[in-house]
Amino acid sequence: MSYVIDRRLNGKNKSTVNRQRFLRRYREHIKKAVEEAVSRRSITDMEHGEQISIPGRDIDEPILHHGRGGKQTIIHPGNKEFTSGERIPRPQGGGGGKGAGKASNSGEGMDDFVFQITQEEFLDFMFEDLELPNLVKRHLNGAETFKTVRAGISSEGNPSRINIIRTLRSAHARRIALSGSSRAKLREAKLELERLKLQEPDNIGDIRAIEEEILKLRARIERVPFLDTFDVKYNLLTKQPNPSSKAVMFCLMDVSGSMTQATKDVAKRFFILLYLFLKRNYDKIEVVFIRHHTSAKEVDEEEFFYSRETGGTIVSSALKLMQEIMAERYPINEWNIYGAQASDGDNWNDDSPVCRDILINQIMPFMQYYTYVEITPREHQALWYEYEAVRDAFSDAFAQQQLVSAADIYPVFRELFQRRLAA
Amino acid sequence: MTPRERKGPISTGSEWTFDLIRTYDHEIARIAERYALDTYPNQIEVITAEQMMDAYASVGMPLGYHHWSYGKHFLHTEKNYTRGQMGLAYEIVINSDPCIAYLMEENTMCMQALVIAHACYGHNSFFKGNYLFRTWTDASSIIDYLVFAKQYIMKCEERHGIDAVENLLDSCHALMNYGVDRYKRPYPISAEEERQRQKIREEHIQRQINDLWRTIPRGEHKSDERDAKRFPSEPQENILYFIEKHAPLLEPWQREVVRIVRKIAQYFYPQRQTQVMNEGWATFWHYTLVNDLYDEGLVTDGFMLEFLQSHSSVIFQPAFDSPYYSGINPYTLGFSMFMDIRRMCENPTEEDKRWFPDIAGTDWLSTIKFAMQSFKDESFILQYLSPKVIRDLKLFSILDDDHKDELLVSAIHDESGYRTIRELLAAQYNLGNREPNVQIWNVDRRGDRSLTLRHTQHDRKPLGESTDEVLKHLHRLWGFDVHLETASGDQVINVQHMPPRSEHAEGSEYPRLDLAFSPI
Repeated sequence: MSYVIDRRLNGKNKSTVNRQRFLRRYREHIKKAVEEAVSRRSITDMEHGEQISIPGRDIDEPILHHGRGGKQTIIHPGNKEFTSGERIPRPQGGGGGKGAGKASNSGEGMDDFVFQITQEEFLDFMFEDLELPNLVKRHLNGAETFKTVRAGISSEGNPSRINIIRTLRSAHARRIALSGSSRAKLREAKLELERLKLQEPDNIGDIRAIEEEILKLRARIERVPFLDTFDVKYNLLTKQPNPSSKAVMFCLMDVSGSMTQATKDVAKRFFILLYLFLKRNYDKIEVVFIRHHTSAKEVDEEEFFYSRETGGTIVSSALKLMQEIMAERYPINEWNIYGAQASDGDNWNDDSPVCRDILINQIMPFMQYYTYVEITPREHQALWYEYEAVRDAFSDAFAQQQLVSAADIYPVFRELFQRRLAA
Repeated sequence: MTPRERKGPISTGSEWTFDLIRTYDHEIARIAERYALDTYPNQIEVITAEQMMDAYASVGMPLGYHHWSYGKHFLHTEKNYTRGQMGLAYEIVINSDPCIAYLMEENTMCMQALVIAHACYGHNSFFKGNYLFRTWTDASSIIDYLVFAKQYIMKCEERHGIDAVENLLDSCHALMNYGVDRYKRPYPISAEEERQRQKIREEHIQRQINDLWRTIPRGEHKSDERDAKRFPSEPQENILYFIEKHAPLLEPWQREVVRIVRKIAQYFYPQRQTQVMNEGWATFWHYTLVNDLYDEGLVTDGFMLEFLQSHSSVIFQPAFDSPYYSGINPYTLGFSMFMDIRRMCENPTEEDKRWFPDIAGTDWLSTIKFAMQSFKDESFILQYLSPKVIRDLKLFSILDDDHKDELLVSAIHDESGYRTIRELLAAQYNLGNREPNVQIWNVDRRGDRSLTLRHTQHDRKPLGESTDEVLKHLHRLWGFDVHLETASGDQVINVQHMPPRSEHAEGSEYPRLDLAFSPI
């Protein structure tokens, strides 16, 4: 009367849809949590999901139930010292019975509802602000770039990949194999017919029988199709990951007094994006953080984003330092070098031409790509116009963009990605 | 079958195989037959932990429609499980014919055998025997109906958008506990018929509704007396049913969705009323059956130790002052009571003869079967809770009156308290007491079409804090104003309005707020 069934191989993600529904419903909460996580995490730390917590009160499903108060009688187990009619002070934490009141009356408490989202979901939520198109998102999310290479012959594939020679060869072989015995009989019958015609030309009955036999055999041979579906052979292509190598990413940022924390956060998004992009294309990435006001300094990430300095701004100091580090640690034949500079556009006026010269002569020739973002709603200043000259000189490796909010980051990347995807 | 030819245990290791599961099931079935346990055929499905979490998330339905709340449930389970804060249940069993039981692949052989005895013979025979399940659910058609429900709701999502369906389901879920008929037997639900009848029903209902809300003037002599009558003439406790039949603004597909939620609530209603009995019965049988296996020498001592360890943790009852305490463990209470009935039948004491003259010394098997078949938690406790169980569990009652400063221990496990405790504990399992008594009271058919509910207060217990939210959902379903009166005796002591009215506007012209909550 019993049947034992092994269901272990059935799909295990029956709840995926419901989970997606849940994420959809609480996307505002999740987005907020993701935003907080982005500002908290290191930019090289985007490889895992995030723990999201939503206040229990927002997530409750309301039902009609009794609240505290009135006369309530509850039976409890495990009496130790109470006697009938005894009065005991009400335990702290309000009405309800002892202990049980908390758990059984009001259902779950007001604890936060905590759950994990995956890295993919995390990045999805993060990119949402940035208005990235899907192709780019996929690219960042981990769909690696592949090179398709030939890998022999297969009997399944796409019609456009048919290998005609192999196909016809196997069709030929099949025809020979399938019609072999008929053909042998045909040969014999032909010999017999000839012999009969020569030796017994009067034996009309036998000759006719053999002629019929020959016709039948011919028909049978002809019924073997010229080309059958399983003859068709295809060129097999497999995907090989693109060969990747090492890259270094320079992050340059102005930390002078005029840069606010909000500006820095936009810059951080920008750096994260660049980092993720490089991560997908290169095996090994190093990140160098250089911050500057009037003088430049190589720092760690924490200090880069969160320490404050005051004073003027001399951008060329950072460029000089970058150039030195490049020369010293990152030989051009081993490293792909990327640069990303964020600033609010302020610079000491006489310094801007210097910057232009350093870039054109000492940095840009070795760069894969250099991006400059100016995070300000204001008018451009001298630095921007000097950089325009750089852009003209290296139009395929230099991008500059003015950002007002995070949503403006993408256009810079569009150029970068188009270039990468075309390559 | 005759006693086994093979001497020695069925298995010695803790690894299970499909053959071993079949052998154990076979042996347990043989012993269960000795006790004449009447069961549906069993369908034992072995699943992984992930699949178990999926099964959890759909709250025991083998397949359910999509809704975010199941996703929430799933995330919650997943988090607790992956962090090791919670073990998954060893089994889930579904009241269907054949009776589906899920076994987790992580279980040891001993656990699998325990689960087979517990679910496939304990719960299964309860589902088939208990009067509530026999009257209120139709095991053979539930799977079909769930398939119908899932497909119907999916179709609605395609046609009307996910949000519209989700909002509607949210509202229905809020009132799900008020979507059951407590006294009359519902029609058995069958997917085939359901599909066929659904179209006809749609048109029919819509026509009725239109009739109810007819605005064409009638002859004057009639209208006066008709208006004086309340509608509905009797208070209605099945709120969702009332909504389905009479809500003025719902589209036909929305009525069908309300109906689906209502039907599913009805399906689960017996389970909510028989938790103690159901678990107690299943625990009693896994205990009895596995012990018989042991007596026949079919399982090893090691198996038995593991079994007893799991068994005693299932029926562990922390005391009220323990940090692990979260109410009375239904497994403990049910198991102790069934064991106690057997004891009273087999070895009655003087006390038992005094308290239970009808059952002391009778045939234990027919007595517990009768108990299983004819009661629900409330009446079962009222009928069978013996002084011995009260003493063993050291039950006592606490009276918490918000007019007094102190709690009163009104009864403990002594001669004068047994009866009180038994009555109070039975009342505690009475769904009618546990859920506030809220019924449809009146519809203002000729006026603003507002719906009035009446909450009849019991022991001055107020409504919980999510009542407002529930009223919002009800308002969404009804489409016009909703009032909730709280009555103590015959006196209305409080009225809540949805949309809320401000104090000073009370009674005077107030702005209509219908549009604040769009009717879906």
